[in-house]
Amino acid sequence: MEEIYLDNAATTKVDDAVAKKVKEVFLESYGNASSLHTKGRESREKMESAKKKIATYLNCNPKEIIFTSGGTESNNLAIRGLAKANPEKKHIITSVIEHPCILETCQDLKREGYEVDYIKVNNDGLIEVEDISKKIKDNTLLVSIMHVNNEIGTIQPIEKISQICKKQNVYFHTDNVQGFLKKDLPLTSIDMMSVSGHKFCAPKGVGFLYVKKGIKILPINTGGGQENGLRSGTENVPGIVGLAAALDIDFKINEIETSRDKIIEGLKKIKGVKINGSIKNRIYNNINISFYGIEGESLMLMLDEQGIYVSTGSACASTKLNESHVLKALSIDEMYIHGSLRLSLGTDAIGKENFIIEKITNAVKKLREMSPFKLNLEEENDKEKNN
Amino acid sequence: MNNVDYNANILDHFKNPRNMGELKNADAEATVGNPSCGDVMKIMIKVSNNKIENIKFQTMGCAAAIATSSMATELAKRKTLDEAEKITNKDVSLALGKLPPIKEHCSNLAADALKKAIANYKKNYNESPKLPNKGDSLNMI
Repeated sequence: MEEIYLDNAATTKVDDAVAKKVKEVFLESYGNASSLHTKGRESREKMESAKKKIATYLNCNPKEIIFTSGGTESNNLAIRGLAKANPEKKHIITSVIEHPCILETCQDLKREGYEVDYIKVNNDGLIEVEDISKKIKDNTLLVSIMHVNNEIGTIQPIEKISQICKKQNVYFHTDNVQGFLKKDLPLTSIDMMSVSGHKFCAPKGVGFLYVKKGIKILPINTGGGQENGLRSGTENVPGIVGLAAALDIDFKINEIETSRDKIIEGLKKIKGVKINGSIKNRIYNNINISFYGIEGESLMLMLDEQGIYVSTGSACASTKLNESHVLKALSIDEMYIHGSLRLSLGTDAIGKENFIIEKITNAVKKLREMSPFKLNLEEENDKEKNN
Repeated sequence: MNNVDYNANILDHFKNPRNMGELKNADAEATVGNPSCGDVMKIMIKVSNNKIENIKFQTMGCAAAIATSSMATELAKRKTLDEAEKITNKDVSLALGKLPPIKEHCSNLAADALKKAIANYKKNYNESPKLPNKGDSLNMI
């Protein structure tokens, strides 16, 4: 059976060229980057040239990049590291649609006495810039807002938000795990930025935090003092080399966007559907769509049977049985949250649009035949027509 | 967005649900669950000679909800009402070869729906003639 992987916001397949470079490091430059012998130096050189390459891409200084294990660690280091280094300020602003690693870190700091404001989003899943400036006060340490949302793909006005923060003398961090290499973001007013390799065809377990020169953060794990003392632990040189190699990948952004739009058009023909989040301010490969009267986990598993891999915001598919906090923040009706599907496209989708539309349409039909909510569906359509 | 692992039997009942659909001229039905938790099950029964002659379900829910609905209808089919109402959610789970623990509470409601449908039947047809059953007591409803 042919497999169509449409869950690239969860993780991606490692690119062939990247895998080749990673393998070389595994088998040849395997030394510890801290060792002084030839093998160690070899490894260190690979790491440093990877860092330089990333810095050139970002137009920043290599010293501003701290390699980590990925998005979660980068976000933890950004928030906790900054808080530790600036204990006099105890107020943090973030949004309700952040990734759990931001939300849970903020909750943790709240328990330590920090005050946290969670900015709401509008029904399109976008933050109003003024909502942030209104919340900034004297003891505000940090504003942390994600660039691209992992569930609905909405793109926040990061440049505007970061400019406001700069003006008001507040640090600004962005979780750019879903946006890096996909949507340009100049670092001009950004103080810290988190990136994770496995979201763009580099291996899992590697990422970095960009920290602008002059900004003081303290380490959250201590040890051998690697990465300028900010991230102790033997460097993941194979991963780091892979991450840098992924900068050369052609992600076929335009083709995937065309494919995405085609799929949306096809799925919109199904009755009782809703696209969640802004279509305009959205990353090129994301579809988040809800089908009334059915439940997302069933839909996901039915597509899984057909070799189509997607995910859902339904509570039934979460280990905590909580529905998606992002869809909830968009004031989406519960019935639609349960029937939500996230497709995050990669090159697999190109040319397979009709097949994907057909399989999803059939699965929705089958589940609706099982559902006791058929009549409501018609009511729901009438409601939409009247709106 | 982590999904749980289902065994082959559960997946089979999910993919090929037994007794799924609407039951025309049902003698009784019951719906349990709550759209806010994502699982809603409707069980419809056709009774003759105090036996469940035919049974169908309609479910909106996860794979576990659909599989338990399917299994509950299989267990109840052709049983007497008294036998069928003794079927528990646990029986359904065991017959499927154990549900993932997280699914036990919210998705395993089919036996409740079945009990409720039988109770509704008994309420509606209290007066109608039925064959006496061994152990049938007057106040059992």
